[in-house]
Amino acid sequence: MAYEKRISGRALDEPRKITANAGVIKKADGSGYFKIGETAAYAAVYGPRECHPAFMRNPKMGILRCNYSMMPFSGDGERVRPGPSRRSKEISMVTKNALLPVVDLKEYPNTVVDVFIELPETDAGSRCAGICAAAIALADAGITMRDVVPAVSVGQVDGTIVVDLDGAEEHLDENAAADIPLAMVPSTEEITLLQMDGIVEQDTLFRALETVKPALHNIAEAQRRAVKECYQQQAGGDAQ
Amino acid sequence: MNQERKKHIVRALAAGVRLDGRKLDEFRPVELKVGVSSTAEGSAMVKAGDTEAIAGVKMGLGTPYPDTPDSGVLMVNAELLPISNPEFESGPPSIESIEVARVIDRGIRESHSFDTKSLCVEKGEKVWMVQCDILPLNFDGNLIDLGGLAVLAALRDARFPKVDEEGAVDYHEKTDKGLALQQLPVPITVGKIGEHLIVDPAQEEEQALDARLTMTMLADGTVCALQKGGQAPLTISEIKEMVKLADAKSKELRKQLLEVAT
Repeated sequence: MAYEKRISGRALDEPRKITANAGVIKKADGSGYFKIGETAAYAAVYGPRECHPAFMRNPKMGILRCNYSMMPFSGDGERVRPGPSRRSKEISMVTKNALLPVVDLKEYPNTVVDVFIELPETDAGSRCAGICAAAIALADAGITMRDVVPAVSVGQVDGTIVVDLDGAEEHLDENAAADIPLAMVPSTEEITLLQMDGIVEQDTLFRALETVKPALHNIAEAQRRAVKECYQQQAGGDAQ
Repeated sequence: MNQERKKHIVRALAAGVRLDGRKLDEFRPVELKVGVSSTAEGSAMVKAGDTEAIAGVKMGLGTPYPDTPDSGVLMVNAELLPISNPEFESGPPSIESIEVARVIDRGIRESHSFDTKSLCVEKGEKVWMVQCDILPLNFDGNLIDLGGLAVLAALRDARFPKVDEEGAVDYHEKTDKGLALQQLPVPITVGKIGEHLIVDPAQEEEQALDARLTMTMLADGTVCALQKGGQAPLTISEIKEMVKLADAKSKELRKQLLEVAT
């Protein structure tokens, strides 16, 4: 049977409710918060700062270092052990690759820009939420960027293309669901994160990539608004 | 710490003021909120000044320790996340984070706040393991007191998950059974800088501390755990004064704790 009515009652191309904020972590050089449904991510940027260990330094430009981490109580089930895992290391790497195409670190040779992502609760789509929060944090930190980077998943459930799978949809019969997390540079519509698990026909894959675009543009708008609001508040505060 | 900066702090304290304008015995206003993580069995967020921390409780079934076959396990863990402060680094838990966790843990354990025997499901085979993680999102000092407060609020907020017929935990459904805490052991840290005593030190004040004493206080004013930190010694009259301060401050925070969760 085709999947026509979503478990959550959302429209097929409708992402979950989004909250986006900037400037949430005072001690950081820039920070962001992004919540989509019941998946929430905090991100903080520290830097550009001196790069340790020294062998990682690049004399031509600064480097970007990302660290994705789930809080121990944020998983869908038992406690997640703190500290890096195979999964978190891979996600940290693809997160860096998703963000790198928009940041310009040529002005900061030999330095590192550290991005820390922490998730207090997750219900699918956590790497995308992490990237969304991280892009806000980078912008808030004043790092030179070509654009923001929105990210969301698109997928197939029983042959139907749906945007932003939630946990309930992801856990449907394993063969029925395919999940494609992706990130995009909105101005050029270039894809900077693309992963998938599940089985999808070529045509469906191409259609899915088109279907998800409006949602990504909307998320980008929410990210920009978050940074603007934060700066307007700061400007208002200074004027008083 | 820069010694000129420290002299400046001490001079200000002598005049009765702190860097952020507080009085010596003044706590930053505390905000406390529960139910902040939908995946945790209990959770809380605490905020005071620029310190903000989140505590989450996870409950699971496990095998008891061989020497206590009829007791469940409560564990508190803390990580000084690098997201929360430029001085924290990724890696194995630092001694600072271990101390935070152990001092909070000790207060709960020694107050006999709840009976770990009530966590036993099947003697020698199966008990509830209650694990509480405390993580700063924003660090500006005093994580023992504020983390301790968040842990207590999260434990009060926690509800056991459902167990299905085969004895497996169903994390998607919570029961209405909580942990029934008998005591709320509130840790209060009093710091000593020069000859001055302060409560709720911010990060820069923590760096300037010569010594500190954490006293975990119960509702009737009894003390259930102590931890002295720092290299300077304390006189007995200073300890007396610190306990009096802790008693007064713990009463204010206990009131807030009782208001947020049941």
